[in-house]
Amino acid sequence: MTLLQDAAPAKAASDKKSENITRLKSSLQQLLAFASLLALVIFFSVASHSFYQPANLSNILLSTVVTGLLALGTTFVIITGGIDLSIGTGMTLCSVMTAVFMTNMGMPMFVGVLCGILFGAMIGAINGLLIALLKIPPFIATLAMMMVAAGLALVISGTKPVYTTDVEGFQKIFALGKSIPGLVIPNAVFILFAAAIIAGVVLSKTVLGRYTYSIGSNEEATALSGVNVTKWKIWIYTVAGCFTGLAGVIATARLNSAQPAGGMGLELQAIAAVIIGGTSLQGGKGTIIGTVIGALIMAVLTNGLSIMSIPQEWQNVAVGVVILLAVYLDILRRKESAK
Amino acid sequence: MSSELLKISGVSKSFPGVKALSDMQLELRGGEVLALVGENGAGKSTLMKLLSGIYVPDEGRFVVDGEPVVIGGTKHAQELGISIIHQEFNLMPDLTVAQNIYIGREPRIGGIFLSETAMNRKAQFLFDKININLNPKQRVGELTVAKQQMVEIAKALSYKSKILIMDEPTAALNDAEVATLHDLIRNFIKPTTGVIYISHRMDELKAISNRITVIRDGQYIDTVDTATTTMPEVITLMVGREISGEQRPVAAPSSSETVLKVSGLSTKELLKDVSFDLKRGEILGFAGLMGAGRTEVARAIVGADKMSAGTVELNGKAVAMSNPAVAADLGVGYLSEDRKHLGLMLERDVKDNIALSSLKRFSKLGFLNNPAMKAASEEYVATLRIKTPSIAQAAKNLSGGNQQKIVIAKWLVRDCDILIFDEPTRGIDVGAKEEIYALLNQLAATGKSIIMISSELPEVLRMSHRIAVMAEGRIAGFLASAEATQENIMELATRTAAGARTTETPAGVQG
Repeated sequence: MTLLQDAAPAKAASDKKSENITRLKSSLQQLLAFASLLALVIFFSVASHSFYQPANLSNILLSTVVTGLLALGTTFVIITGGIDLSIGTGMTLCSVMTAVFMTNMGMPMFVGVLCGILFGAMIGAINGLLIALLKIPPFIATLAMMMVAAGLALVISGTKPVYTTDVEGFQKIFALGKSIPGLVIPNAVFILFAAAIIAGVVLSKTVLGRYTYSIGSNEEATALSGVNVTKWKIWIYTVAGCFTGLAGVIATARLNSAQPAGGMGLELQAIAAVIIGGTSLQGGKGTIIGTVIGALIMAVLTNGLSIMSIPQEWQNVAVGVVILLAVYLDILRRKESAK
Repeated sequence: MSSELLKISGVSKSFPGVKALSDMQLELRGGEVLALVGENGAGKSTLMKLLSGIYVPDEGRFVVDGEPVVIGGTKHAQELGISIIHQEFNLMPDLTVAQNIYIGREPRIGGIFLSETAMNRKAQFLFDKININLNPKQRVGELTVAKQQMVEIAKALSYKSKILIMDEPTAALNDAEVATLHDLIRNFIKPTTGVIYISHRMDELKAISNRITVIRDGQYIDTVDTATTTMPEVITLMVGREISGEQRPVAAPSSSETVLKVSGLSTKELLKDVSFDLKRGEILGFAGLMGAGRTEVARAIVGADKMSAGTVELNGKAVAMSNPAVAADLGVGYLSEDRKHLGLMLERDVKDNIALSSLKRFSKLGFLNNPAMKAASEEYVATLRIKTPSIAQAAKNLSGGNQQKIVIAKWLVRDCDILIFDEPTRGIDVGAKEEIYALLNQLAATGKSIIMISSELPEVLRMSHRIAVMAEGRIAGFLASAEATQENIMELATRTAAGARTTETPAGVQG
């Protein structure tokens, strides 16, 4: 159809076209995830009338917050082609530390919160050092960190919950308070969405984000292009750690106490959310919006199945099947685009 | 001529077991394209990696723009104005064209935020200036090989490089693309810049280079002016040792029985109508330029890649080899060119490697019969003269030649009658090569049939009873060992390729 036109505009048009197709392809992935989320919501709304109630929806959102925050951070790590198994127990350790900072050390609330986040950053930085500098494979390094964090959380807390009930306003501001009149959505949910926006901006608009994709896409080529891959990897894990720290803070605020024994297994839920959201474990590909949708799909699924009185053990089976489906669809899509 | 841009002398580099370069020298003048030629394994790539700071030389002097330098790394090389375009591209497929070009020096706002618009504008400006047609916003993974190469070149030029090194830049390009590339190079050349151009394609050297430096076996041979030298002279320099008739297989294979017959083999990607037959006891050489499709033929035959058309007959019976395991069951073994990744388990010992593809034979009800494996391994270590302290030695500790013998043993244990060798002596030093050659001859003499894919013409000439020359996915012609020379092989590999190209419609180039 472009036969009669000049070569140059035809060329430009085809450039434009291929560019549009590229864009369409990458947004298709998110569209698909979003459509699945919508389908789930509609399905559960029809299946059970108690699902589509404001209180329940707000419950779903609240239950997404901690896993969602962990998933945000680990999206960065997975896009580099790495993995972080330490975020679950790392979150627990940050939760304990936040409570210790405020209750035992008497820090003012906001300072305590900041220190909690920075503690998470420190865990991330150590992961980064182990992986980038000492070249320990991410799986091993973060597996070890997972054990260390689990142990330290118990040691520091003396295996007992650390309460933050004396910190005035902490639970209200960082978890359960409802800042917007007329809306039942608690603050923690807004914190998750704010964190998601920040993560999205960092990933798509900053140098750190660019190197995250670049390292995941071809680490050696990135290094040969003169990028200090070691340094940036440490930074990427550190940034991911900030989200672990924030998750710890919110977890503490929600219960108004730090529970030192939990956290194990949350990392896998977070990774599952990231993968359902279309981020490739091979690295190089992924988006924050995808991760948010992935986390919501997991939360809706668990909540919906609970409401339909499906037992916990079957819920696990369902989540497992969803992960397999999501990954297999991704493989199919990639085959299609490779043709 | 103008000033010296780059001069190296007395450069040596060894790797465990191999002396890759010894007393190498090279001089690049301002305003010229210097072609660097040599057989595969002559040391070109090592030399390039030294220049780009990926390897550190054992000894030697590097002078850039009259200043002695020690190249400390890739970034330092870039600062010195040296850019290299590797044969395997260093691109991030998930990033866009502009993102790839400006990686590590993205236009920023406030130090941390990226300015995508500024970057795309810069990239477009660069493309307009050097007159190439690329879309800054397209993802690199979606581009053709030729366009990816242009991205690499644009990236190199964006560094304001003075010295551009290209390692076989045209290996995967068609004629029109080659012409575009050459225009780019001519645009780039100024009195203060120079290009080192590595290529196998002799016709290209005439077209683009001013001088030609020939290296062989890691040593400097000579530098000649392109204008006053004929290509046969260059080839003679490259090959060095005369290929004497006595080394060639004189006797035709004893049998005329066809064991393998391939007809009309095509694949979606590359191969077009490849037909040949293989006789019992014959060594059929496959020659051709890189990317001509030799490896692809082997992979398609054993079922590692899908055929889109064609048939394969074994001993007169049509067979369908859907994967390499089926092929092995039918007695066809493929010995990959990438021994280390695809042929061996480097961490495992000699015995395990030899027995791997015949575990069915060495096991009962799924349990391994260790004594039988040991006995068989000992036997092959002895008959193939594999030099190893014991069969319990890990494969990674053996030399390249002995590793290759292990791979061969593996397929002999499997009772394969047809062996397809892909670059059987790549990365193996001269002495060990002789042993591999002797082994191949011995195998052929005992009735095994061999397809030998090789990029080393002397090897092809010396070993093959018959030579199939490939160009761009087709068989360009067959040569009997008596009539084959390096020159007529090269001619078939290049000229016919050009002939085939002209039949394509020019519109196809735009694609």
